[in-house]
Amino acid sequence: MTLNWKAGGLLLGLVFFAAVLLVKPIGVSTQFVILDGIIADAVSPDLVTQTDGGYTSGNAYLAKSHGKYAKSVANPLNYSFVFVIAMIAGGFASVMARGGFGSGDSRIPALWAANFGSSPVKRYAAAFVGGFVVLYGARLAGGCTSGHMMSGMMQTALSGYIFAAGAFLAAVPVALMLYRKEG
Amino acid sequence: MTTIVLAIVIGFAFGFVLDRVGASNPSVIGRMLNLTNLNLAKSILLAIGVGSVLMFAGQMLGLVDVGHMSVKAAYVGVFLGGLLLGAGWALAGFCPGTAVVALGAGRRDAVFYVAGGLLGAAAYMVTYPAWKASGLLDDIAGGKVTLGTVPGSKFDGLTGLPGDILGIVLGLGFIALAFALPERIVHRPAGQPQPAE
Repeated sequence: MTLNWKAGGLLLGLVFFAAVLLVKPIGVSTQFVILDGIIADAVSPDLVTQTDGGYTSGNAYLAKSHGKYAKSVANPLNYSFVFVIAMIAGGFASVMARGGFGSGDSRIPALWAANFGSSPVKRYAAAFVGGFVVLYGARLAGGCTSGHMMSGMMQTALSGYIFAAGAFLAAVPVALMLYRKEG
Repeated sequence: MTTIVLAIVIGFAFGFVLDRVGASNPSVIGRMLNLTNLNLAKSILLAIGVGSVLMFAGQMLGLVDVGHMSVKAAYVGVFLGGLLLGAGWALAGFCPGTAVVALGAGRRDAVFYVAGGLLGAAAYMVTYPAWKASGLLDDIAGGKVTLGTVPGSKFDGLTGLPGDILGIVLGLGFIALAFALPERIVHRPAGQPQPAE
């Protein structure tokens, strides 16, 4: 089941260290852009185009930093994208090892239900809106909890500290307001 | 090909451990953020500290390639984006990485979160030129900087302090904070009883 914080934190720290030792610091939110790009490029194949030295795109965001994102869209079998796909498998293996789907708090989160009832529609709507706001914010910030907060602060990056300040300054008051009852 | 194997191994381990520390469960995130159960915060602080100490000590011993560091730029949008992310994080109980793990763990709400996230990322892709023009994405305080100056690093230091030693000191500070943080700060009344799941 859930590890105690010392064992869990130590293991998580070792994973972050292994990533920077062997390849590069962990990050996730960019891959939402890459998947968007892959989908959009499949619908409209002119979105990402090859140039002499690399790739570019009609979308200014995919084209920025010399087409770095455009290149990943054109070659999905790259480290960062495969990394995120492998995270899904890691979550699946962990849940199977601790009793499979539907065990414990797996449908409507208990804390949500205690405060807002067990209507799935309400919960799914909140998750959808939350996902939209989080990824919009993560792209504006240039990273998320993994890339900015954990990888960033671990490397003593100034940007990681700025990001963490903003994230907790909003997250704690919103959570105190939303979750008034324990669950 | 080696890098793809590493992506699979490290990504799998990251997903597995995130699930094991409870981070893929929105209730655990919500209880951390409403300050009623800080065990996950203690795990995260410890992880940052352990990662930092190992990385910088490894660099000093010549075992870790300084070139593997990747520092993101500082600009006003980092703070604004952080605020947005924080609000959505509290509402949904997922950050991008934990939602991906929750997807693998079979949570249905994670499907809606990821769909919303893909739309949010697409909305940013479309509105990016306006942000770029606003100047809020322009570097502040040197942009891609570390707090101290890390020997051999391509990133500048905000200060002239030795960045590797500072990294170890701050890492130990994160570890100390993990131990010092109480398990709970706020008490709340119990919610309505829930049917057994």
